[in-house]
Amino acid sequence: MADPTGARELRYIQAVNLALHWALETYPEALAFGEDVALPGGPFGATKGLYEKFGNRIFDTPISEAAIVGAALGAAMRGRRPIIEIMYSDFSLVAMDQIVNQVANARYVSRGKWTAPLTIRTQEGYSPGSCAQHSQSLEAWYAHAPGLRVGLPSNARDAYEMLRSAIASDDPVMIFENRLLYSTTGQFELDGPVEPVGGTRIVRPGSDVTVVAWSRMVVEALKAADALALGGRSVEVIDLRWLSPLDFSPVADSVHRTGRLVIAHEANLTGGFGAEIAARAAHDCFWDLDAPIQRVAAPDVRIPAAPALQEAVIPTASWIIEAIGHALEQHE
Amino acid sequence: MELKLAGEIPGSIHLCSGQEAIPVGACRTIEPRDAVTATYRGHGWAIARGLSLVDLFAELLGRDSALCGGRGASLYLSSAPHGFLGENSIVGGGVPIAAGAALAALYDGSSAVSIVSIGDGALSQGAVHEALNFAAVYALPLVVVVENNLYSEMTPVRTMVRIEPLSRRADAYGIPGETVDGNDVDQVQKAVGAAVDRARNGGGPSLIEAMTERLMGHYSGDAQQYRPKGEVAAAREREPLARLRKVAAMQGQEWIRRLEAIDRDAMDIIDGAVASARQIPFPDAATATEHVYG
Repeated sequence: MADPTGARELRYIQAVNLALHWALETYPEALAFGEDVALPGGPFGATKGLYEKFGNRIFDTPISEAAIVGAALGAAMRGRRPIIEIMYSDFSLVAMDQIVNQVANARYVSRGKWTAPLTIRTQEGYSPGSCAQHSQSLEAWYAHAPGLRVGLPSNARDAYEMLRSAIASDDPVMIFENRLLYSTTGQFELDGPVEPVGGTRIVRPGSDVTVVAWSRMVVEALKAADALALGGRSVEVIDLRWLSPLDFSPVADSVHRTGRLVIAHEANLTGGFGAEIAARAAHDCFWDLDAPIQRVAAPDVRIPAAPALQEAVIPTASWIIEAIGHALEQHE
Repeated sequence: MELKLAGEIPGSIHLCSGQEAIPVGACRTIEPRDAVTATYRGHGWAIARGLSLVDLFAELLGRDSALCGGRGASLYLSSAPHGFLGENSIVGGGVPIAAGAALAALYDGSSAVSIVSIGDGALSQGAVHEALNFAAVYALPLVVVVENNLYSEMTPVRTMVRIEPLSRRADAYGIPGETVDGNDVDQVQKAVGAAVDRARNGGGPSLIEAMTERLMGHYSGDAQQYRPKGEVAAAREREPLARLRKVAAMQGQEWIRRLEAIDRDAMDIIDGAVASARQIPFPDAATATEHVYG
C-alpha cells in the first residue's frame, strides 16, 4: 500500500495507534495509561503493541476515572506529558470534577506557572445495540469549559494528525474519537509536520448550501452531498474538527457564498454545539442568510439500546438531506 | 480574620487556627524537590512550605501577587518554585493530583515524595478512594495527611463515618495507617517523617490521621452554632501554641520571655507583610481573560 509520496492506507484505529507510537518515541516525558490499555492493548486495540515496545511507560489502571485524570494532571504539573484513555465518553463524567474543576483551572489560576500538557482520548457516539451509558455525544459539555481544547476526528488522517496536535500542545486536550469510524480508512503521510490544534477543513466544496458537521456526521453529510449532487445540488461540507479553538471564519466565508446553513451533529439538540454555531452564524452571517439555519441532531432523549429505537433518534444522511431541502426551499 | 472582618478580603476564607502543628511538623520532613498539595484550609501549608507572606497576603487581598495575581485568592494558593501544587476547594480533589505528582517521581528519577493534606470529610469522597487505591497499586511515593478536626465542614465526622480511628481506612488499600496527636508537632513530624522515608525508599503510600481541633469556623462566616458550648474554649487549652506555652511555663521565666519575643516578632512580621501586601496594586482588569490557554 506504500505509494511514492510515502502515504499509507490506514484504518482510523491504526492511525490512533501510530500517533501514540509517535508520541512515546518523540517525547521522553510522555506516559500513557488507562483501563485495559497496556497488556490487553485497549478495548478497541488503540494501544496495541505499545506495552511491548515502551514497557512501563504505558500501564493499566484500576477502573477509576477520577484517579486517572487527576493523576494525569499531577504528573503533567510535574513535567510529564500524559496521554490517558477514558474508555467511553460517558465514563468521563465520573471524572468531571478532575477534568473541569482541576485540569481546566491549572493554567489560569496560576497565571501559567503551572500547565497541564495532557491529552484525554475517549470515544463516543452510538453503535447498534449500545446502551444509554455507552452512547452519548458529550463534546459540547467540555467545549463549554474554558481551559480545555476539544477535537473530534472524522477520518483516519485526522485521527492521526489531531491526536499528534493534541499531544504536542501544552494545553489539556480532549480528543473524542468515534468507534463506528475505527474501521474506516484513509491515506496519508506519517512524517508530515505536526499542526497546532485548531482548524476546520472544507471536505467538499459546493455553492448551494453549507453543511457544518464533525465526527461521524461528516461522513453522513458527505453521503447526503453525494445523493443531492445527482439532482444537481451543490453542497459544501465543512468538517469543523475542533470545537475549541473554534475556527469559525471558514464557516462564515462559506455561508457568505451559499446563503444557507445546515449544522449536523449526533449529540442531543438542546445545548448541543450546533447551537453555538447557529448563534455565531446568526450574528456574523445575518445579512448573508437566505433561509433559517437548520439543525440536525438527536432529539432530546436518552439514547436507547434497541436498534429499532436507535434508528428513530440517531441522525443519518437522510435527515441531513431533509434539512438541506428545508434550507433550499424556503425563500428561494 | 481581622482583615476579613475589616472587609479587606473579598470572599470566604477558611482558617487553620488550632491545626498549625500539622503543616509545620509535616513540612519539616520534606525537601525542596518534594510536592505539597493542600486544601482550602491550606494557608498553614503554604507558610510552612516557605511561600512569601507578602505574596500570600497580597493574594488574599485580591492584589496582583507574585503567586496567582489575584486569580487564586485564599482557596487556590499555589507556587511552582516551591513545589506547592496548591490548595483546592473541592473536598478531596487534591488527592488524585498529588498521586499524579507521585507518579511523575517514578519516571523523572527525582526520588521526590508527594505529600497531600485533606480533612476528615474528604474520606467520604469517591476521588479520594480512587486515588488511594491507585497510589497503593503502583506503590507511589505519596503521603496522605488527614487533618481530623472533628468536623466535616459543619457536621461532626463521627456522624458521617462509622469507623474509628479514620486511619483504619488504610487497611482497605493495603497501606500503612497511623493516628497521631496532630496538636503535637513532634508526633506529626515523627509519623510523617517515617512515611516520607518509606515513600522515598519505594515503600509506597501511607495515610496519617492527625487529630486536631478547629478554633474557628469552617469558613469566615460560620457562626458555629452546631458546636457544643465550651468546646472551642476547651480546644484553646489543647491547641499547639497553648501547649508550647505550658511547656515554657514549666521551664521558667527565660523560656516565657523567649516565647513572648517570638510572638512579638511573628506579629511584626505579619504586620509588615500585610503592610507590604497593601502596597501591591490590584490586578489590571484588562488581564482577566489571559492565561486560559498557552
